[in-house]
Amino acid sequence: MAFDRTAHKYLRKNFKMPTIWCSGCGIGIILGSIFKALEDLNMTGDNTVFVGGIGCSSRIPFYVDFDALHTTHGRPIAFATGVKFAKPDLNVVVVAGDGDTAAIGGNHFIHACRRNIDITLIVINNKIYGMTGGQYSPTTKSGEKTTTSPYGHIERSFDISKLAAAAGATYVARSSVYHVTHLDKIIKEAFAHKGMSVVEIMSPCWTTHGRRNRFKTPVEMYKWLKDNMIPLNAWEKLPEDKRAGKIPYGVFVNKKDIPEYCEAYYEHIIKPNLNKKRRDFSEDIEAMKIKLEIKAKEGWHV
Amino acid sequence: MRGPTEKELEGYTSPVYVYRAWCKGCGICVEFCPKNVLEIDDQNKCAVVRPQDCIKCKLCQLRCPDFAIIVDDGK
Amino acid sequence: MSEFKRVGIIQGNEACAVAAIDAGVRFFAGYPITPSTEIAEMLAAELPKVGGRFIQMEDELGSMAALVGASFAGLKPMTATSGPGFSLMQENLGFAAMVEAPCVVVNVQRGGPSTGLPTKASQGDVMQAKWGSHGNYPIIALAPHTVREVYDATVMAVNFAEEYRTPVVLLLDEVIGHMRERVVLPMPEEIKVVNRKKPSEPPEFYKPYKHTEDYIPPMAIFGEGYRFLTTGLFHDEMGFPTSDDNEITKLVKRLHKKIYAHEEKIWRYEEFMTEDAEYLLIAYGSAARAAKEAVLLTRKEGKKVGLLRILTVWPFPAKIVRELANGKKAVLVCELNYGELVGEVERATKGLNVPVFFKGRWDGELLHPFEIRDFIKGV
Repeated sequence: MAFDRTAHKYLRKNFKMPTIWCSGCGIGIILGSIFKALEDLNMTGDNTVFVGGIGCSSRIPFYVDFDALHTTHGRPIAFATGVKFAKPDLNVVVVAGDGDTAAIGGNHFIHACRRNIDITLIVINNKIYGMTGGQYSPTTKSGEKTTTSPYGHIERSFDISKLAAAAGATYVARSSVYHVTHLDKIIKEAFAHKGMSVVEIMSPCWTTHGRRNRFKTPVEMYKWLKDNMIPLNAWEKLPEDKRAGKIPYGVFVNKKDIPEYCEAYYEHIIKPNLNKKRRDFSEDIEAMKIKLEIKAKEGWHV
Repeated sequence: MRGPTEKELEGYTSPVYVYRAWCKGCGICVEFCPKNVLEIDDQNKCAVVRPQDCIKCKLCQLRCPDFAIIVDDGK
Repeated sequence: MSEFKRVGIIQGNEACAVAAIDAGVRFFAGYPITPSTEIAEMLAAELPKVGGRFIQMEDELGSMAALVGASFAGLKPMTATSGPGFSLMQENLGFAAMVEAPCVVVNVQRGGPSTGLPTKASQGDVMQAKWGSHGNYPIIALAPHTVREVYDATVMAVNFAEEYRTPVVLLLDEVIGHMRERVVLPMPEEIKVVNRKKPSEPPEFYKPYKHTEDYIPPMAIFGEGYRFLTTGLFHDEMGFPTSDDNEITKLVKRLHKKIYAHEEKIWRYEEFMTEDAEYLLIAYGSAARAAKEAVLLTRKEGKKVGLLRILTVWPFPAKIVRELANGKKAVLVCELNYGELVGEVERATKGLNVPVFFKGRWDGELLHPFEIRDFIKGV
């Protein structure tokens, strides 16, 4: 038998298994897709860094046999900006949740998109704060029940893909843990993309979200994704009144003509200035001498 | 390499292998297997009950969140 | 004037930026804030000339995060800010202390709390530098008192950060940062530059948080094949998260010992006319300038006063303070705040039977030497 053991090859050595995630959680499925993309693109521990924030999704860096930075809540994109900008040869992958990305880290998120820095951001959207026990997040739908919206949620939710596109990310796509072959494809495309790439992945959390919203098992939530997520081309043909409750998936943005931040910095800032004379203040002294001479001519005692 | 050792896989003939130590019994593989090859057993783990029906589509492996299922890829 | 290669009438902030590049800083991430902005402006222009990188982040939270990222990517990073920004940086300053990322944070102090006094001096962030982030961690903080000393302290801060794998806070204040003084700076090649210890073992045996004899674990860099994990959670030697009480105890102790076992090498201070002094003044940063003048003024009037000027405020040189305070008639602490380091002085002099007095100002104005002189008179 020749089994496909890509995932087993990339899992971190000596790190305790099985994974920390609940039974039926989709994060492991996403990690599997990531492993496949890494294998296909020849991304190794010598050229790739994983950065995570706080939350269930951000545990992914623990399980990959790569250099990994498990950071503070909301900041992984800022940490990743530091890593990438300091060493542009590295591939930098950020794995974050909807809270990390759209709530506490919203600012870093939109600005990284605006800069078009070459980072791949994988947003695992489970519409809830899972690790803290199921509080509403910026992507929780109106009407849903969570521990902090026990009477139903009254706020509107963010569309993370639209937000990323509006902020200027040059690759934006959405998929789900049900649509695994599509997921494999877009994660690979995002890794290969030069510039800020954002992949939003719908991944259900049954333990803290589904259970409280009439899903009897995790599997039912996967079936919901199957029934309610629509390919982008079909979505575009759908009349406005039929769109409610449905989620489009596919590639929303894929631009190749926008300069990448690190390359632009090198091209426009480092290259023309490298090895130029550093400021040593002699010009200040000269300027001051001239000023004093003028003053002296004017009859001042200097 | 993590997961089952070569020794554990030795002599295994079914096209689907379930590494029970990592299986959490979520049932996603069972639900979405097009040929009903898998079932959740009385220990709440995935079991290969109809290996002869397997068409090696790998959907169970792709959707297993716990890296517990591996499928023969014929390579 | 060509023989004067590095002579200038420059600001403290400019001296800081020059020193940073001389000491090997090649990464700056920051956010504009008065009165620190000149450091960012100068580094934006100067860093590319040496192949370094400057980025203006979206806020101070992100700046501090980018610093840690750059540190693990192998560059020497620095940021500059002032009170409100320093408050925002505390989150990832704690993270930097936990994951032991060398980095330098310059805090050009201004009046506070809150937006306070953007264009006037204060020393109100001295305690925040030590206790600002939550949890248990030590820090190194330096408070220079002249433009020339800003240069030295910046080099020292970068070197300490690299040597001890720790964030270092450089506490300037608005006066030190904006004041121009004539300085003669050493040439970059004359500076002693320290680089972080690198692992000597192959990646498969590398432990990123090894409990070494000097308490400082060698630091691998991303992308060199070490494939290590680093986390802000309590972690074991492998960097793997742990809740084991033994492992946590070992880690927290090592983090502290890393600084405190080497504190005598980190302490920098100046004794000014302390040999025959009956009274001891203690001051640092811009307040020390007035204190020095006050020593001379008071001596003219016959009162023997000496000054202990502290450059290393953290770790606090308690031993030195105690030795010098012993046998004095009184100790007087001068600060531009409502009383911060005076508490440490009281702690250090406990049981000596030497009264500790405090003279402070918190209105943005400097202490005047006359004020201090009159204060000493009253003791």
